[in-house]
Amino acid sequence: MAGPNRVRARVLIRPKAGILDPQGEAVKRALPALGFAGVANVHVGRLVELDVEDPTQLEPMCEKLLANPLVEDYEIVLAGD
Amino acid sequence: MKFGVIRFPGTCDEVDALYAARRVGDAELLWHGERDLKGVDAIVVPGGFSYGDYLRAGAIARFSPVMESVISFVEDGGLVLGICNGFQVLCEAKLLPGALLPNTNLRFTFRQVDLDVIHRHTAFTSACAAGTPLSIPAEHSWGRYYADEATLAGMEGNGQVVLRYAAGQNFNGSTADIAGVSNERGNVFGLMPHPEHAVDELTGSTDGLCIFASMRTAVESARV
Repeated sequence: MAGPNRVRARVLIRPKAGILDPQGEAVKRALPALGFAGVANVHVGRLVELDVEDPTQLEPMCEKLLANPLVEDYEIVLAGD
Repeated sequence: MKFGVIRFPGTCDEVDALYAARRVGDAELLWHGERDLKGVDAIVVPGGFSYGDYLRAGAIARFSPVMESVISFVEDGGLVLGICNGFQVLCEAKLLPGALLPNTNLRFTFRQVDLDVIHRHTAFTSACAAGTPLSIPAEHSWGRYYADEATLAGMEGNGQVVLRYAAGQNFNGSTADIAGVSNERGNVFGLMPHPEHAVDELTGSTDGLCIFASMRTAVESARV
């Protein structure tokens, strides 16, 4: 539970499109060997889950600390969205 | 001439950097929680795993109290060298352009590399021998230098690409074989390989010393 006056947020952080993602490539290469065919565009990122009183602070948090906007894209998902 | 070497929780190469700096001058440690730079003439942000590399390498160290003083020190023209994790911290602090990403081989890699010195007029490379690459060990898993095309073009034009991996030695996938970069003003420099681990014949090379010696020369000539 997010607790009183707080909302649960999930920040999904992934490598920016066009920047080589060797972790995603490694997973993509591993899947066919396990019998999973037809997989493309595999990317490995991070999930930051947090409860916040003021969801408008999430974007500045991402810009300043949670993501590096030079090399990463982020997506903010609020509980209930 | 006195170097200050910063110690964050998780730093592990600060004592090596201290000994390397002491071969060309005085040096003392600076604690990450203190804002006082103790009157040092130049700063080394050393290698290791500051704050456990949590979130991203250098992302949390960049906001420590000492870094506020380092940013002011840079604005005043002070010399700052970032080695490995220190390079990552300086990029996160936006004191240097670009970012470091996981090696394309996804492995922690430790090997002796040859580095071509592209610019020898800098405060960090003036004492490096002309015409021969530097043989220095690299030891990291997050060393793939990245900057976007526009940033790279600006850096090349300003002479900010100071060191490149010699042909065939770019093991981490860095853009344009970049191993070491400076800021536009030329008083901040970062590199992934470890010059402080190449200061004694015992470990096979003393090529790293010229980085520290160059900084000493720059500090002393600025005083005159």
